[in-house]
Amino acid sequence: MGLSTSAEHRTVQYAPEAQEGWVATRLDFLVNWARANSLWPMPFGTACCAIEFMATAASDFDLARFGMERMSFSPRQADVLICAGRVPFKLAPIIRRIWQQMPQPKWCISMGACASTGGMFDNYAVVQGIDTIIPVDVYVPGCPPRPEGLIYGIRMLQEKVKNERAADKGTRDEMEPDPTSQLYIPPSVIDELGEPFGNSVNQTRSGL
Amino acid sequence: MSRFEVVRTGANASGGEPATQRNIPHRGAEANPSASALQTRFSSAIKRVEVIWGETVVFVEPALAHEIIRWLHDEQSQQYDFLSDVTAVEYRDAEVPIEVVWHLRSLPYRRFLRIKAQLPKGKPLEIDSVYDIYRTADWLERECYDMFGIQFRGHPDLRRILMWESYKEGFPLRKDFPLRGRFSRSEQLRQALAQNPEARYSMEELSIADAFAELPQDMRERLSKGERTGE
Repeated sequence: MGLSTSAEHRTVQYAPEAQEGWVATRLDFLVNWARANSLWPMPFGTACCAIEFMATAASDFDLARFGMERMSFSPRQADVLICAGRVPFKLAPIIRRIWQQMPQPKWCISMGACASTGGMFDNYAVVQGIDTIIPVDVYVPGCPPRPEGLIYGIRMLQEKVKNERAADKGTRDEMEPDPTSQLYIPPSVIDELGEPFGNSVNQTRSGL
Repeated sequence: MSRFEVVRTGANASGGEPATQRNIPHRGAEANPSASALQTRFSSAIKRVEVIWGETVVFVEPALAHEIIRWLHDEQSQQYDFLSDVTAVEYRDAEVPIEVVWHLRSLPYRRFLRIKAQLPKGKPLEIDSVYDIYRTADWLERECYDMFGIQFRGHPDLRRILMWESYKEGFPLRKDFPLRGRFSRSEQLRQALAQNPEARYSMEELSIADAFAELPQDMRERLSKGERTGE
């Protein structure tokens, strides 16, 4: 999935055994085409990534080429949340509330190392990746990513949007974690597994 | 005499335009004249005076810190009318006390003075607030309390300012605080998500009724027509 989209990604295959008729698949194609080419971003810029995001939106790189010239500063009208920068724990309930206020369908791009993993801020104040709070569709690596990187991530998101099916309800469902499920991993186990893989492995929790 | 005339006729009046000092020694430069004035006025309360990189540091008795800062503010020959920072320093060694630091600036005399009060560890970290002298101490002392846990006696609203209200892990800039915090990541996230973002604000911050007369004219007009100011 690169910047040069091949024909097979753009066309919806007609498969009778998939139980979706020609009309449904064509309608999917039309709806996805419309959605993918007019994503309205909700900029959630908290740090230096937001500067690169502004450069992406400005004339040199021109996000408007992808139908994103209209920044939606109200989450009610936004399609894609672009989290650009580190998110401290104090902002965690706020970004979750913004995400909840966005109407479906909605997507999320985690821009930069800090938003994706906490980056170099492996400390008491910073969320270690916004995917612990909200679902993320595309991670854009970089510190900060260049505008080309963000545009590449946006093109990847557009590919994802173009390949969605209205019949596939699972993509839009928001599920709370179910502790009775066999797939459920309790937070303590996640902590145990994640502990040695912090950014600063020589650090101890006991302090001095 | 206007305020700006005081600025021009201060201690620098004869020296002409203020210039950046050059070739300042690490220690032993000429002390701020306020330091010797403090030593004559509060002889025993001034523990020692150091000049580091040309900046004068005055170590004072914690119990008298408020009185000394009040004097520096009120005294006509000093006029330290600007408090630029209140912070604290903790050193790694257990026997070295925690220092509360005030950065004072005298705009009329173009002087800078750093006041330090040493609070020994193991005792309650308490010191008098200078909020009644400088209003700007309000948030500075709240930050200092938030990060170091120093109680400022007489502060009208001493609560956390950077961390959220229900933060339970302690004071992050203390040396015994682990860098990643005391709780596990999932517990930190659970507590952070459980907070109500609007609950951090006091009723005064949420309501602008008291400050209505001080709002700009256009904002007053809009609000007087019944515009909603928030949820």
